[in-house]
Amino acid sequence: MTGPREGAVIIGASAGALDALSLILPRLGSDFPLPIVVVVHVPPDKRSVLAAIFDAKCRLRAVEAEDKEPLEAGVIYFAPPDYHLLIEDRDTIALSNEDQVLFSRPSIDVAFESAAEVWGKALTGIVLTGANQDGAMGLKAIAAAGGTAIVQDPREAYARAMPEAAIEACPDALVLKAGGIVSYLQSVSR
Amino acid sequence: METFERIEDIEIRLLLEALYHRYHYDFRNYAMSSIRRRLRQAREQLGFATISALQESALHDPDMLPKLLRYLTVQVSEMFRDPGYFRAIREKVVPHLRTYPSLKIWIAGCSSGEELYSFVILFREEGLEERTIFYATDINPEALAQAEAGVYGLDRIRLFTENHRHAGGKTSLSDHYRSGYDRCVFDRSLRRNVVFSDHSLVTDQVFGEMQFVSCRNVMIYFDRILQDRAIGLFSEALPRNGFLGLGAKETLRFSSHADAFREFAREEKIYRRTGA
Ligand SMILES: C[S@@+](CC[C@H](N)C(=O)[O-])C[C@H]1O[C@@H](n2cnc3c(N)ncnc32)[C@H](O)[C@@H]1O
Repeated sequence: MTGPREGAVIIGASAGALDALSLILPRLGSDFPLPIVVVVHVPPDKRSVLAAIFDAKCRLRAVEAEDKEPLEAGVIYFAPPDYHLLIEDRDTIALSNEDQVLFSRPSIDVAFESAAEVWGKALTGIVLTGANQDGAMGLKAIAAAGGTAIVQDPREAYARAMPEAAIEACPDALVLKAGGIVSYLQSVSR
Repeated sequence: METFERIEDIEIRLLLEALYHRYHYDFRNYAMSSIRRRLRQAREQLGFATISALQESALHDPDMLPKLLRYLTVQVSEMFRDPGYFRAIREKVVPHLRTYPSLKIWIAGCSSGEELYSFVILFREEGLEERTIFYATDINPEALAQAEAGVYGLDRIRLFTENHRHAGGKTSLSDHYRSGYDRCVFDRSLRRNVVFSDHSLVTDQVFGEMQFVSCRNVMIYFDRILQDRAIGLFSEALPRNGFLGLGAKETLRFSSHADAFREFAREEKIYRRTGA
């Protein structure tokens, strides 16, 4: 096995997230060389079960991030409900209670923007299905910092508003179906 | 090029340095990702072209300090926030606390008082209030003033009431406040045994032995070094078997003081001091 590679993958999703993520995350091999951070809009008062679901479904380990959680290659980190997730540095997640952004906490934009600051061009940002505009500004920040911007094809998405907004904010983004996103990520791991 | 720190990050560092030297507010080891975001908002909303311009104003205009503090500290709170936490205190911690003739409870980073009043009401319901002194501390004077006033918007009471009920409340929350047009004034008797104080977990020392320290959603704004300092304070303030409660997504797992505590209520993030 080669050492961990530089960089990270960050994914944002809202309505339809469970199905979309199920088409992608379980298909990644256990040697995936980067940390994967996932921000899904979840209601604040619910205990999120996403980490448990994907930990069971995936070859990669999935956890719900706690404050100052160290980032490791090949681990999937879900943002907890009712906190913003930020990337503090290449090794560390930070959480925050700041006000909701676009009625969301966690906010995809907040997470993406902080990740773009830290990883720059070593970051891949992916916006999946959702019925709002969150993620568009964040994806733009990722592209502006030289990272790779990917959007799920709105025609395939369960809710197309979020991917459409992301494409509008980020016209050069790669627009891919879930299968294409998997191939792209697998090519990163080789 | 990339080996140089970005200009904005340099400006942020200088501003935090300036605040420390000018006012002794020390945000230098706060988590940068969130500070950066909030200082950008401050710069924009206060109408400065650069963080450096904001720094100049902060140095020369003392009125700028309270404005900046509103950005540098995050004031988000609820009564009985995470009801499971308060339920665990009621059901699992209170039986231990009953065995003490007198109690000291420290709410560190009490913000505008919601957490404090939750504790006092719970202790009153459990018959422990009389023997307890509550220390409510924060670094933001505006927040402390609100905590002392105990006045909250009527629009928030529904959530507080629901939380209180889920926390196993034995009274009705409305027993503890009077409502006006758009606000609720909490009963002044709730403050009988409360000491409010300006205290920083970054620059101040321990001020006594406590049986319970509750410090929730404060240390998430610190980097790991600063978290360790604060947790060091708590381990000093707590005798063997003293309790420490953290926010829902905070943990001692990554702290160098982890050995000084053991898990007491895992899900609710309540720890107990091990033998010193
Ligand atoms: C998000 S609020 C938490 C309120 C409450 N504990 C809760 O969980 O609902 C964070 C509070 O920490 C305070 N704070 C920030 N830095 C601090 C420090 N160095 N020492 C003490 N309090 C601090 C802020 O002023 C703010 O009131």
